[in-house]
Amino acid sequence: MPVASIPAETRPRRIALAGNPNVGKTTLFNALTGLRQKVANYPGVTVERKSGRLVNTEGVEVVDLPGTYSLNPKSLDERVAYDVLVGRMDGEAVPDLVLCVVDATNLERNLYLVTQIQDLGLPVVVALNMMDAAQEAGLEIDVDGLAKRLNAPVLPLVARNKIGLDALLAALAEVPPVKATAAWDLIPAAEKPVADLAAQLDAEVPGLPERRCRFEALGALSSDLLLAPWQERAPQFHQAVLDARADLEARKVPYKQAEMMGRYAWLGPLAADVIARHKDPSDQTRSDKIDAILTHRIAGPLIFVGILVLIFQAVFSWAGPAMDLIETTVVALGSGVRSLMPDGMIEDVMVEGVITGVGNVVIFLPQILLLFFFLGLMEDTGYMARTAFIMDRLMRRMGLSGASVVPLLSSYACAIPGIMAARTLSNERDRIITIMVAPLMSCSARLPVYTLFIAAFIPTGALFGVIGYQGLTMFSLYVLGTVMAFFAAWVLKRVVFKGSSSMFVMELPPYRLPRMKQVLWRMVDRSKAFVVRAGRIIFGLSILLWFLAAYPKTDTDSALESARAEAEATYQTQVQNLPPTADAERQRLAEARDAQLAEIDTEVAGQQIRQSFIGMLGHAVEPIMRPLGFDWKMSAGILSAFAAREVIVSTMATIYSVGEEDDEPVLLRDALKADRYPDGRPVYTPLVALSLLIFFVFALQCMSTLAIARRELNSWKWPAVMWLYMFALAYVFSLVVYQGGLALGWGV
Amino acid sequence: MVTLRDLKPGERGTVIGYTDDDPPGRLLEMGLLPGTSVEIVRLAPLGDPIDLKVRGFHLSIRQHEAAHIQVERG
Ligand SMILES: Nc1nc2c(ncn2[C@@H]2O[C@H](COP(=O)(O)OP(=O)(O)O)[C@@H](O)[C@H]2O)c(=O)[nH]1
Repeated sequence: MPVASIPAETRPRRIALAGNPNVGKTTLFNALTGLRQKVANYPGVTVERKSGRLVNTEGVEVVDLPGTYSLNPKSLDERVAYDVLVGRMDGEAVPDLVLCVVDATNLERNLYLVTQIQDLGLPVVVALNMMDAAQEAGLEIDVDGLAKRLNAPVLPLVARNKIGLDALLAALAEVPPVKATAAWDLIPAAEKPVADLAAQLDAEVPGLPERRCRFEALGALSSDLLLAPWQERAPQFHQAVLDARADLEARKVPYKQAEMMGRYAWLGPLAADVIARHKDPSDQTRSDKIDAILTHRIAGPLIFVGILVLIFQAVFSWAGPAMDLIETTVVALGSGVRSLMPDGMIEDVMVEGVITGVGNVVIFLPQILLLFFFLGLMEDTGYMARTAFIMDRLMRRMGLSGASVVPLLSSYACAIPGIMAARTLSNERDRIITIMVAPLMSCSARLPVYTLFIAAFIPTGALFGVIGYQGLTMFSLYVLGTVMAFFAAWVLKRVVFKGSSSMFVMELPPYRLPRMKQVLWRMVDRSKAFVVRAGRIIFGLSILLWFLAAYPKTDTDSALESARAEAEATYQTQVQNLPPTADAERQRLAEARDAQLAEIDTEVAGQQIRQSFIGMLGHAVEPIMRPLGFDWKMSAGILSAFAAREVIVSTMATIYSVGEEDDEPVLLRDALKADRYPDGRPVYTPLVALSLLIFFVFALQCMSTLAIARRELNSWKWPAVMWLYMFALAYVFSLVVYQGGLALGWGV
Repeated sequence: MVTLRDLKPGERGTVIGYTDDDPPGRLLEMGLLPGTSVEIVRLAPLGDPIDLKVRGFHLSIRQHEAAHIQVERG
């Protein structure tokens, strides 16, 4: 039927895409909406709400629900899908039509969700995806037969090649009528109590469709989570459910399994009828053969480690040139703006606040992009689930789960994507523990700090002549953070989450060839989220820090003022005495004067920061930091590092007035080595450096991490605990190392 | 009593029930119900978890959960 002839009332305005994980829902969503997508968040939760406009339509909205196995939610993601479909999500109307994406190679389990959605009384269209894979597996599916049994339109599809898309779009032009659906039965002993409860609900909350009443009654009966909302809406029903539970339990009726058994008892024969198998199902598939290698007892872990090495190599060295480029661009941009704008406060805000702030965020992008690229690749191929499979036992020993592997590994690049990746953990306890320990993994923002202090204070010699002390120290810092993360997880599990158990039930999806477009798309999507979320905070703090370092304005020392005048005057007299033809000589003099002026400028900047708010703060916290061996300058540097850890390097550079040349680290290194207390003792000894390094391994010097943790855990409690325990670790370890070192006489 | 944990890689069995009264809902929703045939495909490199084949797909569960699933060989 041509679309134009469909009456407006029966055209859907909002279509929800629902389905199990890994069925090609994202692929189909992209095909249905093209590039016109919007990503937002559901209110109050961190789950992403992806929506877009259906291609070739004016106002039809398509919402991509999180993947879910059932409407008895077990994770945050599943909870959102459930809430939207039952109309319990704030600000979200119930969809006019649900497009259920199912995997044709895995019909029984996929249809479980479909029958649940039908029971809600919602109009359903079924997209039978992965028809190519089904054919390859020797499955022939009677599509018409399936549609008849489900009493709903079924459209065969190969989403990734857009085969069948036109027919699907045509089917989506009109809301199909809701018909009588899956005629599955409960086990007899549960049938009557459920029917009574459904009648009770119908009486108390009029207007729900009949099947829906039964569905809600079943849900409330078997799950506390689904029962809770009725306490207010239908108190009598709520009480009736509790009574029914007691009665069923007394009679030993396995009512919690009633729904699953009923649905599968109906789906099993259905699948047998509509699927003709042309291959022995016990034949090894291509995916099985790949698994035999990738999860092999010996080869599996080795390959996993190899892949990790590759990813680390990529994130830490391939990103290097791009990061250098960004750094020089930011510096060039800063001096460009300086030369264009009139001197003054606005110029200062622009250069030292805004441009530096943006730079502090963008500098991480190359690593984040690469990390997300590899993670996307692992996800799209199906390897991600295998990493959890391989690592689960090891991780469980330490209070984590196999699914914690990826979030923790990501945290070596940056804790923020790591914490975001923890969403895939369906067990709440595992998810919280993973998030709580992720920031202990040494992230790349710590690297510049490690590099500076190791290069300056750790001797260049080698242990047994082969293992360099500097490299060894760097490696030890990474190990220290990692070991402590595992230890903290272990403690959290033993102490905070004592007694609660976790389950590990995970699908191992078939391996599939990745689609580059998809992987790149996802990479850009997530990196955008990173820039927006972390960016705002890093940026804001950079401006705040600039302010703290630039104010209160000090009057420039008169000595420096006169030095400046003198340099200018000397230049003028010298130039006057030159013959008019001595251009080269004049040039040389001008350069010498400029160098002298620049030196005076950095001296002025140093004086400024010493008397600024950040300098004052540094002095204020110095008494607390002194036992760790830190003076006020290091204290100020540590405070400034809250924007991003590596900021300590530029703060120290400013404090020591070493200017912002390309060779700044080298200059800073020398300045640090030369610094002396009034009594002539060096401010930095290898012991102080070690103490500072250890402090940076443990301390949670990152506002963005705290903010993301708050978002993901929906409370300030955990982030507060996180900051405190990491600070305590940092303080105690640095204290023990420094004081212990002094006692052993290493302090010189 | 044989449980899923007792089966070796390559062996098949049919679920007959759960040893606890309140089996995890996720396992049931995944179709691990009485009457369902399962195959132990392999163990993870460290011996745990297990890779099962149920209703045509691969499901990974821990030995701990497997020990609660009663099966009949074959
Ligand atoms: N063989 C085949 N693979 C597909 C098809 N649709 C999607 N895929 C692949 O299945 C994997 C999972 O797809 P995705 O859209 O991410 O699934 P989601 O988890 O449901 O969102 C990806 O590797 C896709 O490229 C299809 O029709 N046939």
